[in-house]
Amino acid sequence: MTDKLSIEIDGRVCEASPGEMIIAVADREGIAIPRFCYHKKLSIAANCRMCLVEAEQGGRPFPKPVPACATPVAAGMKVLTRSPKALEAQRGTMEFLLINHPLDCPICDQGGECELQDVAMGYGGDVSRYSEGKRVVKDEDLGPLVATDMTRCIHCTRCVRFGAEIAGVRELGATGRGEDMRIGTFVAHTLTHELSGNIIDLCPVGALTSKPFRFKARSWELTQAEGIAPHDAVGSNLHLHLRGNQVMRVHPKDNEAVNETWISDRDRFSYEGLASPDRLTEPMIKEDGAWRPIGWQDALIRVAERLKTASADQIGTLIAPTATLEEMYLAQKLTRGLGATAVDSRLRQQDFRGDAADPPLPWLGVPIAELETRDAVLLIGSDIRQEQPLLAHRLRKAALGGAGIVLVNPLPLELTFPAQQLVTSAAGMLGELAAIAKALRKRGSGSVKDLIAQANPTDRHTSAAERLKAAGTERSGLILLGALAAAHPDYTLLKALAYVIAEATGSTVGYLPLAANSAGAYLAGALPHVLPGARPGEAIGADARAMLVTARKAYVLWGVEPSYDFANPSLAATALGSADLVVAATAFRAPSLEAVADLMLPIAAFAETSGTFVNAEGTWQRFQGAVAPPGEARPGWKVLRVLGNLCDLPGFEYADSGEIHQELATLCAEVRPDNAPRGDLKVEPSLAEAGLMRVGTLPIYRTDPLVRRAAALQRTPGADVFAVGLNPALAADVGLADGELAVIRQGKAEARAAVVLDAALPPDVALIPSGVTGSEALGEQIGPVAVAKA
Amino acid sequence: MSLRSAPLAVEAPERARDGLFTPEIRAQIDAHVAKYPPEWKQSAVMPALTLVQEWNGGWLTRELMDDVAAYLDMPPVAVYEVATFYGMYDLEPVGRHKIGVCNSVSCLLCGSEDLIHHVERKYGVRPGETTADGRFTFKEVECLGACRHAPAVLVGKTYHECLTPEALDKLIEELD
Ligand code: SF4
Ligand code: FES
Ligand code: FES
Repeated sequence: MTDKLSIEIDGRVCEASPGEMIIAVADREGIAIPRFCYHKKLSIAANCRMCLVEAEQGGRPFPKPVPACATPVAAGMKVLTRSPKALEAQRGTMEFLLINHPLDCPICDQGGECELQDVAMGYGGDVSRYSEGKRVVKDEDLGPLVATDMTRCIHCTRCVRFGAEIAGVRELGATGRGEDMRIGTFVAHTLTHELSGNIIDLCPVGALTSKPFRFKARSWELTQAEGIAPHDAVGSNLHLHLRGNQVMRVHPKDNEAVNETWISDRDRFSYEGLASPDRLTEPMIKEDGAWRPIGWQDALIRVAERLKTASADQIGTLIAPTATLEEMYLAQKLTRGLGATAVDSRLRQQDFRGDAADPPLPWLGVPIAELETRDAVLLIGSDIRQEQPLLAHRLRKAALGGAGIVLVNPLPLELTFPAQQLVTSAAGMLGELAAIAKALRKRGSGSVKDLIAQANPTDRHTSAAERLKAAGTERSGLILLGALAAAHPDYTLLKALAYVIAEATGSTVGYLPLAANSAGAYLAGALPHVLPGARPGEAIGADARAMLVTARKAYVLWGVEPSYDFANPSLAATALGSADLVVAATAFRAPSLEAVADLMLPIAAFAETSGTFVNAEGTWQRFQGAVAPPGEARPGWKVLRVLGNLCDLPGFEYADSGEIHQELATLCAEVRPDNAPRGDLKVEPSLAEAGLMRVGTLPIYRTDPLVRRAAALQRTPGADVFAVGLNPALAADVGLADGELAVIRQGKAEARAAVVLDAALPPDVALIPSGVTGSEALGEQIGPVAVAKA
Repeated sequence: MSLRSAPLAVEAPERARDGLFTPEIRAQIDAHVAKYPPEWKQSAVMPALTLVQEWNGGWLTRELMDDVAAYLDMPPVAVYEVATFYGMYDLEPVGRHKIGVCNSVSCLLCGSEDLIHHVERKYGVRPGETTADGRFTFKEVECLGACRHAPAVLVGKTYHECLTPEALDKLIEELD
């Protein structure tokens, strides 16, 4: 950027950059200029005229008041925001804006936090001179998340620009002209974008409001607390709005480095799950197949006794990757204190052969904010918009800035940015990567060597390779491994190939941690091969899959719902069902849990406990509990503390969660995120090329127990749909037509679902989502499958 | 944020562009597209809509607007915005002719309201409606840019200025 210049606003000298708008300088200086259409993250429309100010340049006043949002600064400019001329212009604009605005503030959800109300108070007149009829606009149904009262719309077009510029999907538009202008979809449809809830915050009036929150509370009844989103690995910063002991709604808290000003709909609306009737509110024990409540004391003593008497090699601890850092740390401390080594939080992974060579603390590879400055990104096995909505948004920015994005996936994605998609079978993903490596003239070693030798690079691979290589010279190439890669039977080989390509191109390898605290698991030691402080363990314990393949006698489940949270739910059900003891610490009751557990301990959910999440870029984000957990439920760390003490283990005397945090932080003082593998990732491919493979995506609103119970999100189209996506050619082979019922078999596991034909799918892929209702009895998320006529 | 960003382009891959409209129309649209930088391809939306509307007998269906969107890599709603904003696009079937009376300020001051009322009474059509015999569709339009000879009326593609109700009647009589 060129040199700074200085301008004067209301007599104050302010520094500004050339090209900046007056309003941006004023905002930085804390000088208030009213506005409706301007938003720092959106393009400038300058259509509301609320920001009119008086200005002069080089001693010559502008003939008319100028819009501060669309007037670039110039050296020596003088701006008056409160001069009589400016005030008159602002009052005039305000009067016009209110002409068609209904004065229905008492029944408007925005009342009390409405920009129009505020600005009218500050800049408008006291009485209306307008006595003619007002315009009325019919509402539209935009789906279960956003409520509309379009008569209140002031046509600022923020929501429209959000769609075009941020979401990348133009769902709303301004049709008609003058009096007849309307904001809407024109052709009725439900908003489907995963960030669409942000238009609620953007809308300066009560035209777009939160549907789940509608008429639930007034803004002045709410108190505000801070929180961290508990779903994806972004860890969006949140404002929780509370009334009494209830989370009433969730808003984003600005943090440029993490979530900018946005949050995903999952982060915004999942709080509804807190009030689910499924909440477990007291400890319960199963006796003769029937559940009955039991006091905490009793429950914990029983658990401790049975854990103490269980033989250590028979204990397995499975921790949800959405557990807090403190919970993970204490859960592994308890497990390891009992002499056991089987503890894991990678419940959706099936290939652990790379554990010994795994990087000490896998992370995104670059800070989140730097994703958008990459010149080339190779995304391996990731349904990115569903997995990490805000990282998809950062990648979109990179793509619009000219970055080359290449995806290697077993299914085609609907993206909001230009990208090259290499869609192939699950097994074929290895071949695609090998072809890129070969195009780079890399040989590799071990089984990767064979794969590369067999590969036949085409133009697509060569161009992808060249993009990465060009970016690599600027150190701005990135290779990311997503959730579908992590669930892949040959994850280790995908990793190995990623490293080969990274080395050949000078790119960085990055991981997209699955959940809010997947990265934290490495710090807390909630993994069989990693001790707290991301230290490699001497003895590698059984991993999440091994613990289920060779069933244990005793399991501790932490925040896990067996039917939906495992890569292989049928395997989980069998293993857990055969155990003598299953202790489940959970915030929710669930049939699959009640079927296998012996004791259920109610723990606090999101917003109810203090804790820490470590996000994809390795940032520790600590939060406090905002509301008390329901009934007898207790914060997880307290439950573990008591259990540790009852098991007579040393080092469980914590006064508060801060002490646990401190203890772990000390252990992690030297730890830096690091993606360099510690050893060779040499293994044989486990997938044969031939045969139909299930590709189980994890739909965005089915990722964890909380969001699965968020009512409005579950009502969005496609939230919880169990179906088999098949290529028409393949479907024809097995005699299945679109919509017909198919029987799906994975080994002994079996389920039925309707067929959806999709010509874009590779011929040997059956797209069968996991985590959805109907998928409970199935096997591996990615693995061989047979589909036949039911 | 920038003052102007290139418009959102969306590619509808499943739509085959070369099957849309007729080869002649496609060629004409392409000629308009060629006038703009590639990322501003959407700037050709107005002539494209005009061409397609004429081809379709004077009005646009939703499907045709969607086709124009696909042809120009635009989000469909962006085409609806244009088509609903400008008076020269009709989204419902029209008569054999279109008569547009200017309703903006100069014409209003010079008697366009009389013209509108006259047509309403004499031909039994309100703005936006088509006469029962299908002879013409009656429209109110925004300023035609002919203010100095107000009131102005657009009949088909021809401007008529300084009109009285009688003069307008004569024009209408000449229509088939
Ligand atoms: S709905 Fe709200 S955000 Fe959209 S244009 Fe109207 S006032 Fe602006
Ligand atoms: S904020 Fe400047 S015109 Fe709307
Ligand atoms: S006002 Fe009628 S032509 Fe301008």
